[in-house]
Amino acid sequence: METEVTRMQAEDYSLFYGKFKALNKINIKIPSNRITAFIGPSGCGKSTFLRSFNRMNDLIPSVTTSGTVFLDNRDVAKEDVVELRKKVGMVFQRPNPFPKSIFDNVAYGPRLHGTKNRSDLAVLVERSLRQAAVWDEVKDDLHKSGMSLSGGQQQRLCIARAIAVEPEVILMDEPASALDPVATLKIEELMNELKKNYTIAIVTHNMQQAGRVSDYTAFLLTDENRAGNLIEFGSTKQIFTTPSDSRTEDYISGRFG
Amino acid sequence: MNKRSRTQIAAFGMFWLAGIVAVLIMAFVVGYIMVKGLPGITPEFFTTSPRGGLSGDGGIYSTIVTTFYMIVVTLAFAAPLGVGAAIYLSEYSGNTDKRIIRKLVSIARFGVETLSGVPSIIFGLFGYALFVTAMHFGFSILSASLAGACLIIPVIIRTTEEALKSVPAGYREGSLALGANRWETTWKVVLPAAFRGISTGILLSAGRIVSETAIFFVTLGGSYRVPHSLMSGGRSMALHVYYLAMETRAFDKAMSTAAVLVALIVVMNLTINVITSKIATKQG
Repeated sequence: METEVTRMQAEDYSLFYGKFKALNKINIKIPSNRITAFIGPSGCGKSTFLRSFNRMNDLIPSVTTSGTVFLDNRDVAKEDVVELRKKVGMVFQRPNPFPKSIFDNVAYGPRLHGTKNRSDLAVLVERSLRQAAVWDEVKDDLHKSGMSLSGGQQQRLCIARAIAVEPEVILMDEPASALDPVATLKIEELMNELKKNYTIAIVTHNMQQAGRVSDYTAFLLTDENRAGNLIEFGSTKQIFTTPSDSRTEDYISGRFG
Repeated sequence: MNKRSRTQIAAFGMFWLAGIVAVLIMAFVVGYIMVKGLPGITPEFFTTSPRGGLSGDGGIYSTIVTTFYMIVVTLAFAAPLGVGAAIYLSEYSGNTDKRIIRKLVSIARFGVETLSGVPSIIFGLFGYALFVTAMHFGFSILSASLAGACLIIPVIIRTTEEALKSVPAGYREGSLALGANRWETTWKVVLPAAFRGISTGILLSAGRIVSETAIFFVTLGGSYRVPHSLMSGGRSMALHVYYLAMETRAFDKAMSTAAVLVALIVVMNLTINVITSKIATKQG
């Protein structure tokens, strides 16, 4: 772990919904070009924490925070939110392609950020769809609606859409929970490809999935006040074989959650 | 046969009967108007203006022109305001924690709900007092359109807000997560996705303008001449039906005008269906 380059970091990070504390003083360093999985029972705050990295929680007016989240050692709260979200892409639980053509879906981000030239866009769209391992399935139907694809294809389209703005980090919030096992496997294979170029943080309910795909695992659990705490963080192998906290062991072995 | 299935058959029978009766009543009304009205409809009926007087002679040319102006001018006022207000309520107002703004928004919502239930003559009265008298616009297309806009703005706000609300939250999140701001998200993702519902709402309120009578009775005047500016008075088709029926002997002409009016409404509703189904297949 000491040899890893830190891409994202949280320092004493707490988050409140109004007066309710949802995350309690979380400290973590997320290594570059690795897949870090966040696991824990429902309501432990893992999705909320993931959304702190691209400031999606800003959209909820009652949310306040303390402590700091860093991207490349820079406080994300002080970054321009548009620039931040360009660097930190996100893939959601339910595939959410726009009701536009496949091409326009992928070109949406680059167009926002100023790429107007049609042939530049075409190159970018193809590259992104290839990286998201969905190009071969859609290359003849780029004008077709993104909604016409299967669930698994839609999710890979959404990954292509996130990649198209050339982020450094991709946040994935249970990206396979709405997909069938075959489509899930494709997403997992894809993640392994993507980590060469991107840092990936994934929230998952599926412990086997965390074990299969991730390099590092973070276990979150609520305390007696229902605030989410980071219980343990380490290499996935260590967390799954020799957890140092008994609560991690209980969760991993399926004794609760 | 046991008691439950007998109850079920009786219930379905009653619903079926109610459905048939409702359709028959509608068919009878439309059929009656068509039977009485269609014989009087000739090409000249469309191309000549009413001549006035007790006889009710002439056609409906000027009333068609007035109706058309009324639709265009009213929508020019009401559509941007209504859609804009709905965008604020749906896309922006939830984004604040300030209590005063939340309070104002809930008052605005309540106002919209209430206004869409107010009888149209009240808007007419308001339009007469404000636009016709106080602002000296007189009986004119301008006064009537402004009053008509007051009537349909709540309708447009409600239908647009419904259309915006039916756009999945995932579209907005997806767009914002790509670095779009709220306006870009609204303009490029939410509005296109809601276009079908919004245009339906606007066309429906255009239908409301076509069929509205009471409000224009006190704001549009009743001049049967062809309007030449916003400040001209006029007589919409629906208003013409009223005048013909109540103030002339030409009841047959009232029926003919009504038939044209019904046909126009049918065409507008068919247009709505065509537009929405086209967009639906394009999005599908």
